[in-house]
Amino acid sequence: MSKNTQAKEPLIRMVKRDTLSQQKAWGIRAAAFVLSLVTGGLLILALGHNPLSVYQSMVIGAWGSQTVIRETIKISVPLLITAIGISFAFKMKFWNIGGEGQILVGAVAAGYFGLFMSESIPKVPLVVLMILAGMIAGGLYGLLPAMCKAKWGTNETLFTLMLNYIALAFIKYLMNGPWKAKGSSFPKIAMLTQDARLTKIFGVHWGWILALVLVVAAHIYFTKTKQGYEISVVGESNNTARYAGINVSKVFIRTMFLSGALCGLVGMLQVAGADYTITEGTAGGVGFTAITVAWLAKMNPYGMLIVSVFIAMLERGSNTIQTNFKIPASAADLLIGIILFFMLGCEFFITYRLIFRGKEEHHA
Amino acid sequence: MDATTDCAVKMHHVTKTFGKVIANNNIDLDLRNGEILALLGENGSGKTTLMNMLSGIYFPDHGEIYIHGKPVTIRSPRDAFSLGIGMIHQHFKLVDVLTAAENIILGLGGKTTVNRKEVNQKVKELASRYGFEIDPAKKVYNMAVSEKQTVEILKVLYRGADILILDEPTAVLTPQETESLFAVLRNMKADGKSIIIITHKLHEVLAISDRVAILRKGEFIGAVNTAETNQAQLTEMMVGRPISLEIDRPKIERGPERLQVIGLTCVNNDGVKALDNVTFSAYGGEILGVAGIAGSGQKELCESIAGLYPTIGGSVLYEGEHDGQPIKERILGLKPDEIVKKGISMAFVPEDRLGMGLVAGMDMTDNVMLRTYKNTKGIFVDRKTPKKQAEELIDELEIVTPGVETPVGRLSGGNVQKVLLGREISLSPSVLIVAYPVRGLDINSSYRIYDLLNEQKQKGVAVIFIGEDLDVLMELSDRIMVLCGGKVSGIVDPREVTKEDIGLMMIHVDEENNTKEEVGA
Amino acid sequence: MLSTLNSLFIAAVLAGTPLLLGALGEILTEKAGNLNLGVEGMMFMGAITGLAGSYYYEQAVKNSGGEPNGVLSALIALVTAFLAGSFGALIYSFLTISLRANQNVTGLTLTIFGTGFGNFFGEFIGQKAGGYVAVSSTTKAAFSKLQIPVLSDIPVLGRLLFQYNWLVYLAIALAIFMAWFFRKSRVGLNLRAVGEDPATADAAGIDITKYKYAATIIGGGICGIGGMYMSMVTTSGVWVHGCVTGYGWLAVALVIFATWSPARGMLVALIFGGLTIMRMYINIPGLPVQIYDMVPYVATILVLVITSMRQSKEHAQPKSCGLNYFREER
Repeated sequence: MSKNTQAKEPLIRMVKRDTLSQQKAWGIRAAAFVLSLVTGGLLILALGHNPLSVYQSMVIGAWGSQTVIRETIKISVPLLITAIGISFAFKMKFWNIGGEGQILVGAVAAGYFGLFMSESIPKVPLVVLMILAGMIAGGLYGLLPAMCKAKWGTNETLFTLMLNYIALAFIKYLMNGPWKAKGSSFPKIAMLTQDARLTKIFGVHWGWILALVLVVAAHIYFTKTKQGYEISVVGESNNTARYAGINVSKVFIRTMFLSGALCGLVGMLQVAGADYTITEGTAGGVGFTAITVAWLAKMNPYGMLIVSVFIAMLERGSNTIQTNFKIPASAADLLIGIILFFMLGCEFFITYRLIFRGKEEHHA
Repeated sequence: MDATTDCAVKMHHVTKTFGKVIANNNIDLDLRNGEILALLGENGSGKTTLMNMLSGIYFPDHGEIYIHGKPVTIRSPRDAFSLGIGMIHQHFKLVDVLTAAENIILGLGGKTTVNRKEVNQKVKELASRYGFEIDPAKKVYNMAVSEKQTVEILKVLYRGADILILDEPTAVLTPQETESLFAVLRNMKADGKSIIIITHKLHEVLAISDRVAILRKGEFIGAVNTAETNQAQLTEMMVGRPISLEIDRPKIERGPERLQVIGLTCVNNDGVKALDNVTFSAYGGEILGVAGIAGSGQKELCESIAGLYPTIGGSVLYEGEHDGQPIKERILGLKPDEIVKKGISMAFVPEDRLGMGLVAGMDMTDNVMLRTYKNTKGIFVDRKTPKKQAEELIDELEIVTPGVETPVGRLSGGNVQKVLLGREISLSPSVLIVAYPVRGLDINSSYRIYDLLNEQKQKGVAVIFIGEDLDVLMELSDRIMVLCGGKVSGIVDPREVTKEDIGLMMIHVDEENNTKEEVGA
Repeated sequence: MLSTLNSLFIAAVLAGTPLLLGALGEILTEKAGNLNLGVEGMMFMGAITGLAGSYYYEQAVKNSGGEPNGVLSALIALVTAFLAGSFGALIYSFLTISLRANQNVTGLTLTIFGTGFGNFFGEFIGQKAGGYVAVSSTTKAAFSKLQIPVLSDIPVLGRLLFQYNWLVYLAIALAIFMAWFFRKSRVGLNLRAVGEDPATADAAGIDITKYKYAATIIGGGICGIGGMYMSMVTTSGVWVHGCVTGYGWLAVALVIFATWSPARGMLVALIFGGLTIMRMYINIPGLPVQIYDMVPYVATILVLVITSMRQSKEHAQPKSCGLNYFREER
């Protein structure tokens, strides 16, 4: 018969925990976070640098002066709003990874008014128009995959992703052709005039105030409104939603419009507040990074505020270490990946505990 | 431990816990060579958990297992096979897109490549030895339930198992199919196999087993020789006190027609008619039972009336009252929210409690308001009223939960069902559709559910009860509609027919007689 | 006209091969019930490590005064790329199989990580090499088209079929092998069961964890080779920032179009390879080149929508795909 029938019990077994106190759960998460920084540190060490001084330089690079603080906040605004937008979709288990594309079409729509109407429309209505245009364009771009998903169950992950590349190609087309700046030998789009640029408050365009307002608004929307409740039900089970008389298609479409609209708003803010023009880099990976922001924050808008500022710090800081240590700025992506791996993994230890062979508890 | 050698299986002081729940506490169980042992116990008494430790699905926390007198460690199903233990699970473990033969050889060692011709031949030979009929090249998704069970049993025999465990094998079979399964089991016993059959149906225990072992709430209560016992004694051992197994059927005047279903027809994803010209009426103040083997159209029937399943023909007419005004509405083709908007009060307890009736990850408050959250004005949800309602339900139905904030997915099966049924009843419906409401529930919870249904009936509600246990259906229902392959094979008075009559109707539609229906109309 | 078509066909094969490799890796992964959206990340990891493997080998040989061997260099690239892809898949497997993390998010994270990994080390090695990293002509030659005696000299057909680099033939051989593996072999049958219905496979005595790990890691390795193709063949052994971008995702889409069949994968890879390079061979007057660039992505969306409109039981995603399996769940 089997050779292992005489063997002892398995080496490691796992058992579901009853419930872990919030404190302990956060303790585990904190430990995972520290471990991820240690892992990143080992990598830095392997490259021949002192991890502590690299980390320190990152922090100083992000918070060391008023200029860099403004830079950091400028990076975190699009991250935060996009993360909120994406969390709308993620909450109903709609994997919208098309944030990039939605940002880009929002930028194009807003840019259209900003570039070509700034002389005929006064500043305030112009900015309002740009916001609306950006949000509607982004929303419609998000709507398309939602409609196909609602109707035929089309895989939204790939659909939204392909839309990113299409939007990117479209911007390249605009840069090379119809919107090419007059007199430029490079393919690029002209800069916005002063009238189409967002006013600065404390040195950063006022998008940051909007972002803070959105955090509160999203929290209320998710937890207090009927629509927020419907999103949660749909996210848990489409069947239950149908049973409860929720029109699942309508929720898909409505929520994805909102999700896309928020991303489109980011496009507008980037054009009118940060870059003052549209380039291939207008979205710059924000659509992807925001996914990690939303997930790390467990879809909680207040959490996203903290996480987005943290990630913005990593990105800003990675520019500094590029200059100071000649470590390529892509290190930020690498580090974000490592941190997220650890955070994903640590959830297991919050839900389960391990029992090692022979270590079975005797308090049973 | 002198007796171990003539025991095929001996479980000694076996304990298994899941979190705080003790599923099996210090259990001793013997299976003698060449006997059929019935493992009897209510739902939730730990029968399946105990057997899963023999088949390598679970690993015990404490205790020893001896097979043919030798101490063993069973860490995986593979270990179980090598010890000659084979388990036929209640929910069939078959891969849909593979053939019968492919399923049978799954996980077995052998040559790198699979010679399908040879395997099919071997499976056929094995089947004929025990008197099974099977097409080894048929894909599982094309099979009827009893065919799937055959594949399951062959799978175990093919591996040369001499200890067979069957988990509630008759739950999905008609009385006739059950008889032929028992004949096969007797063949196997004659062939020297030792068999454990898990069940909670007493007459089956008496019909097939040599000995009975009883579990209650995770504890081993005792074992008796079948020849020396009776239903009353077994019940008492199983439940812990003498209990009347009679189900009440209060006699009341039948009320007005609430639901008139004519020619209801719908097609499933495979293009097969899941419901074919189904016609019946449901009246206030009665329980209409619906019988049929699994997958005869029960699910589609409930869901198409509730507006959740597309139909291609027929009509459903609802008659009732709304704000004191009589209303009459054709509801077929309307979405659930449209039905509610028309003022129709119809409640539905679906088969899939946590996948359709409730949201597992949400707390009781959020689940209670699932059907009514739209009724308030404005864009915000009101959680105060549902919270109070949830607290009332906890009191009234004795729901065991740490509190209204606990996600319902964490509650036990019986409590989950109480939340669901309680919420639906609180809608004060005039039609109540319940699908398999006691599946997986222990006896006490089951009887509580029957009582609730009877209360509704006495209030004048038209109750449509989809059931699987024919004994229960026959005791509880005022009329029984039998479904077979999506067709109505008859509507009968349970007081006037036998279980075997219904069993026949479940597998055969008499086209000639199909028009007689409507007994007592 | 005919020669344009011939050139298009050849270019389509060359452009389709990395897609095919990525798709094959993902088919293997999904057959085990793991939906790994990190294909792009693993391809990036394979791309940079393959290139780095060859580069450092050459440097080491040159420093010791020798002459690098092209075949050995190519082999080193193959192995390191496979290992890097496997490493990415190992992280994914550990998180999803052992630690039960959400497959979608873990896959996306792997893409972010892998992209960062590729670009980071691409730049880093480039910096050390004094600007950019590129392999020598010896290694480049090892990745250029083969000259098979007799076969390659057949008129027309020789050019169409027998003058590709060796990775093309490796990919085709792999596709054929995998088709056989799923259809005929015992292990393949077991693997399909794992992906369809892990609880059943488990009860049948199949070691779910082992199968899932093995399929996912080998699948990741194959994706890594696909990435290595991008850096060694497509960009001719020079590191180009973001060289894999978009290809990994096209590979994921190809899995759907191939309806999880390796054999059909060859056909759809050829078609999509063709779509990605068509603009260089067939000129459509009045169509700006950037709009032409959208073609493969638009086509992907169209096929996605069309395939979602008709559902089939057998030519579908393995049923447990995307869901983690835990035996003692209760």
